[in-house]
Amino acid sequence: MTETRGMIGARLPRPEARRFVAGNGRYTDDIAIGGVGQVAFLRSPHAHARIASIDVSVAKASPGVIAVVTADDLAAICTPWQTKLAMLPSHISPEQFPLARGEATWQGEAVVAVVAESRAQAEDAIELIGVAWAELPAIGSIDAAAATDAAKVSTQLAGNLGLDHVFKAGDPGTAFEQAHVVVEHEFSFGRQTGVTLEPRAIIADFDARTRKLTVQHSHQVPNQMREIFAAQFGLSFSDVHVITPDVGGAFGMKLSAYPDEMAVAAIAILLGRPVKFVADRLESFVSDVHAREARVKSRLAVDGDGHLLAMDVAVLSGMGAYSSYPRGSLGEGLQAVHMSAAAYRLPIFNGTLRSYFQNKVPSGVLRAVGQPIATTVTEQLLDLAARKLDIDPADIRRRNYAASDEKNTRSAAGTVLSQLSLDRCHDKLLELMDYEALRRDQAELRQQGIYRGIGLAAFIEQTGVGPALYGSQQVRVSAHESCRLSLEASGGIRCATSITDQGQGTMTALRQIVGETLGVDIGAVEIVCGDTTSAPFGGGAWASRGTALGGEAALRAARKLRGSILAIAGSILQAQPHELRIEAGKIVNAAGMPQLSIADVAARAHYQSHTLPLDDLPPLEFAETYAPRDLPYFVSNGIQAAHVEVDAGLGAIRILGFWVVDDCGTVINPLLVDEQIRGGVVQGIGAALYEQCIYNEDAQLENGTLADYLVPMASEMPDIHVAHVETPISATTLGARGVGEAGAVAAAAAIWTAVNDALSPFGAVVTQQPITPEHVLDCIDQAKS
Amino acid sequence: MSDPAGELHEIAFILNGETVSAAVSARMHLGDFIREVMGKTGTHIGCEHGVCGACNVTIDGRSVRSCLMLAVQADGTHVETIEGLTQSGIIADLQQEFVARNALQCGYCTPGILATAAEMLNGPSLSRENIREALSGNFCRCTGYHAIVDAIEAVMARRVEAAS
Ligand code: FES
Ligand code: FES
Repeated sequence: MTETRGMIGARLPRPEARRFVAGNGRYTDDIAIGGVGQVAFLRSPHAHARIASIDVSVAKASPGVIAVVTADDLAAICTPWQTKLAMLPSHISPEQFPLARGEATWQGEAVVAVVAESRAQAEDAIELIGVAWAELPAIGSIDAAAATDAAKVSTQLAGNLGLDHVFKAGDPGTAFEQAHVVVEHEFSFGRQTGVTLEPRAIIADFDARTRKLTVQHSHQVPNQMREIFAAQFGLSFSDVHVITPDVGGAFGMKLSAYPDEMAVAAIAILLGRPVKFVADRLESFVSDVHAREARVKSRLAVDGDGHLLAMDVAVLSGMGAYSSYPRGSLGEGLQAVHMSAAAYRLPIFNGTLRSYFQNKVPSGVLRAVGQPIATTVTEQLLDLAARKLDIDPADIRRRNYAASDEKNTRSAAGTVLSQLSLDRCHDKLLELMDYEALRRDQAELRQQGIYRGIGLAAFIEQTGVGPALYGSQQVRVSAHESCRLSLEASGGIRCATSITDQGQGTMTALRQIVGETLGVDIGAVEIVCGDTTSAPFGGGAWASRGTALGGEAALRAARKLRGSILAIAGSILQAQPHELRIEAGKIVNAAGMPQLSIADVAARAHYQSHTLPLDDLPPLEFAETYAPRDLPYFVSNGIQAAHVEVDAGLGAIRILGFWVVDDCGTVINPLLVDEQIRGGVVQGIGAALYEQCIYNEDAQLENGTLADYLVPMASEMPDIHVAHVETPISATTLGARGVGEAGAVAAAAAIWTAVNDALSPFGAVVTQQPITPEHVLDCIDQAKS
Repeated sequence: MSDPAGELHEIAFILNGETVSAAVSARMHLGDFIREVMGKTGTHIGCEHGVCGACNVTIDGRSVRSCLMLAVQADGTHVETIEGLTQSGIIADLQQEFVARNALQCGYCTPGILATAAEMLNGPSLSRENIREALSGNFCRCTGYHAIVDAIEAVMARRVEAAS
């Protein structure tokens, strides 16, 4: 007999992992479809150019070519789209077409599509297309975009400013004048990209007879894409079927409606045959959304005891050539402002944001959107203030954490907080890493010319985001999650969920929630997801919502289904349902004796319900939908620490240790949660030390391969120690908060503070990310001179 | 210019214990051959320029990037993909350990990492640091590598114990 109680919180392995380790994953590119045409794109070699003419005649005659398609060919099938956010009416993005029409606005924008029998043939034919380009001025850097006489990124735009936003709480003037200490710092954050190991991929098929479009898509949000395909192609919602099979990583990068993917679906309709596109790594770098490009000027005022008085943050953010569809490219900058100092008590805050269009790949969602920027700025300023006041960095944090138990308060910058545990996480972290000992060692080693740094970064993570975000922006993105739970005739449980899983393990978390509530083994719970036909409507994977919201819907459905099962069992056993319970798939009576199996109950209910002494057969299927109502999101919180050694001669940074204490409420499965956190930490470390999309003055990406764009590999990464504090969120029965972004929110900040702590004997402070060895040496040199 | 796909070359090798013979164009890399011609989709393509290791298979017992090797170069060798490694059972303990420790998330890097680890397990026992070094040709975007290193280390220790 398997133990089915206490399943929530257990380190249970994922059933689907067995498939993956045997090489039986089924990603989009693995799906074989007869007669599929392979699509390759001619992409703009220029960051900005007018397309004078396109000659495809030679390419059309190239071996294996089925069709060569331009924007004009698709105009009749696909209407253009435009990103607009209702609450930010000044933000207008150019109209976008599946293929560039008349003007290319970034290097890598898809211009012509070739469909051929094989991808190689399609690529051969691309070489034969003649495009007459008329180059236009290209705007790369934020400064170039902001210059008063700047050329325009797109002829469709009136100017390059995408958003001018101010948020004020209180008057900073006097606070800065009267403060005991004021620290200032400038930060520059490099452009990064998602680098999912499985590149973007899509297969589209259109049945001209029934006018139904079927899309298999490496994507996070099948229902969003169904909505967009239907709207742009003039199809009815019910005629679009989107399936997301196994997805090889997403991290927010697979949330956008990509124009080249829209082109593939449009081509399927145009040709009436299945077509497929898989981005190769080189095109991923120039077509996947980028993120993080920002510069921040900031100031912090503190009193003599290290209490925060006021903070001033001015963010400049780079958006690329379009505001990505449909969610926009503003989230990074907005979160960078509004998540500032979210973990701390702060009376006065002044934030400004200016977001600019540029002739670069559109920026978009990447794990933790803007939150890493806010956290880095806040944590670094705290350390600078602590140094001036000669307070230990741990102490200054401990004195300022936002209150723990309050249910619904706001940070100075407007983030809604609820039921935090920063002080407890802090204490646990210092113990876990043996902070005192590390500080002692650090002091000793400094005498020997070894420069080690200890960096702390407390954080708030916005998770479980509900309808208050996109709903008020009138962006048609579902923010609720649904579960349809049924008792199958076999006695198995079928759990159809709107949540999707790109490796997070959410499906196993749902199995555990349903399994524990119904008293069945996780193997008895079948999951149906990632298919707009068979799974219920809902958001999918974004903003760390899967377990927090989808799990709550599953829990509610499971409680109801348990009621039905016990009612039927009671009628069979002539017992009161409330005297019965379910354990390990058996109905157990008041005396603790197993009486019937769930399979017996299911068989009677499904095949012989006429023999049940009940007036009505209770429902054997329940659908529940959940979205947070009283809170716009469930914040999680925690703290991270990095221990690094900086080679002052070479500028090289070695990470010696990394620790995280996280509070994501009820932990459903530590095995899943710990790797989510660690994966996020490694992405944050990548941001801090390695990753950057480097552009030259003509806005050409100079490092578009994995050999040049550095990602963290196992050999550079430390062991990452994870511990938990559990403060269930009272808004749900389940109590789970999200955890998907926790690692990434603060890891870069912990590295920044650690590196600067190591450099403090030199009086040097780094100012840019990635913190390259050159930058470290420059900062040391500067401090010396 | 002649069509580069025009000329075909006869090759024969052992794939997962079975003889394969085919006529392939010179430019086709082994990864594409395995996936597209042989239909073995367990081998994944992540970069096609030899950095990520998603395409790793073993050739004559050594891990190799199948995107950096042409199909014609496999002529006369023994190639094992994740399907073959699974079927033969030689890394069953490692696969079980990966599952038990959740040493994978999306699973896309996993076949390549297992091929690398399979070679590691044939050699001398490695320290944790050396395991990390030996893994440094395999990119995993999802995990923090920690659980992967744990899994390999545990299996290595168990095998050493069993051998002594
Ligand atoms: S696909 Fe071969 S190394 Fe990346
Ligand atoms: S598990 Fe996704 S890349 Fe490794």
